[in-house]
Amino acid sequence: MIEIKGLTKQFNKKTVVDDVSVSIQPGTITSFIGPNGAGKSTLLSMVSRLLDADTGEVLLDKNNVKKWKSTEFAKRVSILRQANFLNVRLTVRELVSFGRYPYSKGRLTAEDNKFVEQAMEYMNLMDMQDQFLDELSGGQKQRAFIAMVIAQDTDYILLDEPLNNLDMKHSVQIMKILRKLVNELGRTVVIVLHDINFASVYSDNIVALKDGKLVKNGPTNEIINPEALREIYDMDIPVQEQNGCRICVYFNSQTP
Amino acid sequence: MKLWILITATIILSFISLFIGAIDIKISNLLDLNSDEAHIFFVSRVPRLIAIILAGAGMSIAGLIMQSLSRNKFVSPTTAGTLDAAKLGILISMLFITNVTYTQQVIFSFAFALVGTLVFMQILNRIKFKDAIFVPLIGIMYGNILSSITTFFAYEADLIQNISAWLMGSFTLIISGRYELLYISIPAIILAYLYANKFTVAGMGEDFAKNLGLSYKLVLNIGLILVAVIATTVVLTVGVIPFLGLIVPNIVSIYLGDNLRKIIPHTVFLGIVFLLICDIIGRIIIHPYEIPVNVTVAVIGSAIFLIMLFRGRAYAK
Repeated sequence: MIEIKGLTKQFNKKTVVDDVSVSIQPGTITSFIGPNGAGKSTLLSMVSRLLDADTGEVLLDKNNVKKWKSTEFAKRVSILRQANFLNVRLTVRELVSFGRYPYSKGRLTAEDNKFVEQAMEYMNLMDMQDQFLDELSGGQKQRAFIAMVIAQDTDYILLDEPLNNLDMKHSVQIMKILRKLVNELGRTVVIVLHDINFASVYSDNIVALKDGKLVKNGPTNEIINPEALREIYDMDIPVQEQNGCRICVYFNSQTP
Repeated sequence: MKLWILITATIILSFISLFIGAIDIKISNLLDLNSDEAHIFFVSRVPRLIAIILAGAGMSIAGLIMQSLSRNKFVSPTTAGTLDAAKLGILISMLFITNVTYTQQVIFSFAFALVGTLVFMQILNRIKFKDAIFVPLIGIMYGNILSSITTFFAYEADLIQNISAWLMGSFTLIISGRYELLYISIPAIILAYLYANKFTVAGMGEDFAKNLGLSYKLVLNIGLILVAVIATTVVLTVGVIPFLGLIVPNIVSIYLGDNLRKIIPHTVFLGIVFLLICDIIGRIIIHPYEIPVNVTVAVIGSAIFLIMLFRGRAYAK
């Protein structure tokens, strides 16, 4: 279990994350939502040790993440930041193989190769395993990166806006795969999302931030209602039920 | 391209390189070890070939490491001030130490090459606009600044002639006893191969490396030390060979990708083949005289570089 306790981060004296405390429930998808500049990505970076917190701590299985050895931590928690700009010419298979780096340091064993194959199969990448990343479309590339994270075989998968630059079809595809990872493989996914409806439909828990502070935290159905949304976004957002999914209708051509 | 083609080319070109020059050497005469021909062969031709092989492999690997770690296809010892810093180091050692020894020159040159490259990497971290072409332009400007400082102090101290010897990369003066420093690049290249996976991971960025549990800063520093070692040994023995570390890794990257473990052998042999061809051309054109190798490399290299710029912008991004 990951516990975030009183985490604070300042950049140039501006508080970006302000005393946030949250527990991530294992075996669920937790979405971080909130307006631009709410501190979602910064929070995720601190949980994954990419950034050091000013005060507060993050506990993984009751131990401060800073105390974990790098390789051991990399076997438990993986993070994927917006990686679409990566300009390294690797084949899909090479990239996914690097997911096994914490285990094998690049010398793949038979077991490593099994994980790599499984991850590629899971993400439907077998046909393009020998293609270079820069020859793929945005959606395919994103799938390759997620396959790498799957091969890394961590309990916790943290994703920073994985739907950026993806069209609807590919966004839905990615979210369904994440759902499968949680339901079938028992992984825990923490994801920063911009589109509130993806958060509503696909996640179990929602953590809402605003100006660095935690404003809401709880099961999805407690957060996706007009009252809570007004508090988070300062907007009146009607919520409609559709096939059991709650959809936030934030488009409105009538009011200026 | 297959690796065996490059290896075969290396062997054939090496053979050619051994038997061209101002004096014709017949293989049959080499059996008589006391003949002039054997003397020339073992004191001049063989060392020259070894120097070409080590410098060609070394500079290509140095460029490859720099491109991987800086995540920019057009960063190399020539376009990041490394070679200029190494030269400045040699000059400083001559200015401040009377009767400077060779070892002292090596140490100064290495230290300057290392710090000079680190400074460039810091500049790279600071600038926001990381265009594939903008970055090497900054590097070239930075190198020129270092170079003009060197020239100024060399002029003041009457050392211009010494300095221009390193400006000009040439294998003409390589004879046994004057190139052995280059052997240091062998362990450097082996180390680069052992670290290949780490460099590839580091080349995907700090976040990426940390996610996989790699100590990013350590790998970065080891890479830069290897680059400085190789650059120093080449500048001190052969002189500045431009473009080599830029073109060779880029050509390999186009056909084989960026996985260092896979591409290092190709980079090594393509570097050797390229430098051998340039050196042989320089020795043939105005036979029995020679054109220094840095001229032939610059002419052929800049042409290839321009083609890469025009055709490869999409790939380099």
